[in-house]
Amino acid sequence: MADTHVVEAEHAHSPHLRHHFDDMHQQFDSATFGMWVFLLTEIMFFGGMFGAYTVYRSMYPDAFAATSNFMNPAYGAMNTAVLIVSSLTMALAVRAAHLGQQKILQIMLILTMIFGLGFLVIKGFEYHEHWVDMKVPLFAGHWAWDGPNAPPQFAHQAQILFCFYFFMTGFHALHMVVGLGIMTTIFVMARKGTFGPEYYTPVEVSGLYWHFVDIVWIFLFPLLYLIGHTRNLI
Amino acid sequence: MHSVTPVRTYVLIWLILTIMTGVTFWVSTINLGPWNIVVALGIAAFKMSLVIWFFMHVRTDNPLTKLFVFAGFFWIAILLAMTLGDYFSRTWMPGGKFW
Repeated sequence: MADTHVVEAEHAHSPHLRHHFDDMHQQFDSATFGMWVFLLTEIMFFGGMFGAYTVYRSMYPDAFAATSNFMNPAYGAMNTAVLIVSSLTMALAVRAAHLGQQKILQIMLILTMIFGLGFLVIKGFEYHEHWVDMKVPLFAGHWAWDGPNAPPQFAHQAQILFCFYFFMTGFHALHMVVGLGIMTTIFVMARKGTFGPEYYTPVEVSGLYWHFVDIVWIFLFPLLYLIGHTRNLI
Repeated sequence: MHSVTPVRTYVLIWLILTIMTGVTFWVSTINLGPWNIVVALGIAAFKMSLVIWFFMHVRTDNPLTKLFVFAGFFWIAILLAMTLGDYFSRTWMPGGKFW
């Protein structure tokens, strides 16, 4: 009978398959595609800041180079390395979910969160140094432009680069915090044994977000930290 | 769904990304004049491509997703090219030279 056939068909497919999808494959492709559409809006979000940075740097190249020397490339390089390792563990987490390796999946998610947290801690130390170093514009009493490496003619333009620095790294750090929240959720789901070879879509799309945040940092590192080394401006 | 990528591939990509971070650091200490920024952004774009292609599995995604990913990053190229085309042709602006 027709009714029996429908009931049987519903029992045959995965409990994770939403009713508006034909099959798991279509559901997975739609979720991945949807995540990428979201990430494109993120490209526009960060793109606006990168665009503004480009304009101001083209206007004040010498001031930006001199100001960049007040940032610590050791912190930046360390954070780049930490983020790249976290991307590796994230990719391995997705792989483990795909293979149904529950233990490895949980370990990789934990490692990803530890590295993400490590990034924020290093960033925190760095922000603290800028605060002590009087390199925080817009805060009265925490901005000073003096010393032998601070050409007085750049006093105003230097604040522009530090504003870009705090807004771009700040929004990036905010994305890291959101990413840690997502990873916590995924970890709780993983503990319940939600994921396996037929259903690991949430791990995959969370991974896409995590890697995207990594990509933003890949560009922030050379653009903020490494532009002043070769210029002797004094 | 994707086929499973071997761990070796992921580790290799990670190794290349880490080495390229070192290279970008090292190149920034050499004075190449206007080419410093070109090299820095070239390396960053290369690293980004590796992350997108391997870590984000675009390599095995369907053509529609591939097209969207390409369109997204092409969009930012348009944004920067048009903006710079405007600002570099304003003779009354400060700067007016490549860094």
